[in-house]
Amino acid sequence: MLIIVCPFCGKRPEIEFTYGGQAHITRPERPSELDDQAWAEFLYMRSNTKGIHAERWRHARGCGRFFNALRDTTTDHFVATYRIDEPQPQIEQPAEPVPPP
Amino acid sequence: MPEQAAPLDDAAPPWPPLLAPATRFILHGNAAVRAAATAAWGVPFAEEACRARLLGSRATLWMGPDEYLLLDRAPAEAAGDTASGLERAMAGLDHALVDVSHRQVAVEINGAHAGHILNGGCPLDLDLKEFPVGMCTRTLFAKADIVLWRTAADAFHVEMWRSFGDYVRALLAEVARDC
Ligand SMILES: [Zn+2]
Repeated sequence: MLIIVCPFCGKRPEIEFTYGGQAHITRPERPSELDDQAWAEFLYMRSNTKGIHAERWRHARGCGRFFNALRDTTTDHFVATYRIDEPQPQIEQPAEPVPPP
Repeated sequence: MPEQAAPLDDAAPPWPPLLAPATRFILHGNAAVRAAATAAWGVPFAEEACRARLLGSRATLWMGPDEYLLLDRAPAEAAGDTASGLERAMAGLDHALVDVSHRQVAVEINGAHAGHILNGGCPLDLDLKEFPVGMCTRTLFAKADIVLWRTAADAFHVEMWRSFGDYVRALLAEVARDC
């Protein structure tokens, strides 16, 4: 089982968390002014990153709060977790997958 | 041929008894709300994550950054009257106070094996260094949400939703048999 670090509660078992999709996607201010293509981009288009991916998680069976995480999609290693009011930590995309510690 | 498993009720210890009915509220609010609520509830609120404060029969348990469980294990008045007092104290401040007295039931798990028994369904590290006295959190016991609060080195207060009460207590008894 993975250990995920909740920014509020600390180290917790994976089963307490739910996945919330790609992070840092801002809802358009005026959806009615978008054309179909732009609206579809917002609704459906995601990065499908191989490597470090910024994504939302929720400590659903703990403090209940959403937060963001940087996870390597090739190893499932959580590189960092941070509150939604904190900036995304700047971490270089590794050329090769980094094995978990 | 493997031996057939013994029937599940073979020498199973009794279920942990339900604790007496308690008054419970969930409070959402910022520091100003909590300061006002402290005046009416009589117990301060821990700012540190996952910590409980206890005074007499009343306690406040950190559930989330702006969310607390208010627990009175021996209420002297009706929950509605207590809620009215809290609402008066917090008037004019943005908050949410919900009476969940009847939503949850509770048991106490104590003794030298208390942590081991809870680990039969709860994956948290319950070593005293990792989960000290006064620590509390929402977590899981098998498939059920629980609130786990360490009240002493060898005692835990466990809150669960009422409809999961039989499930959690039967499983606790089942684990206790193996400890
Ligand atoms: Zn948390």
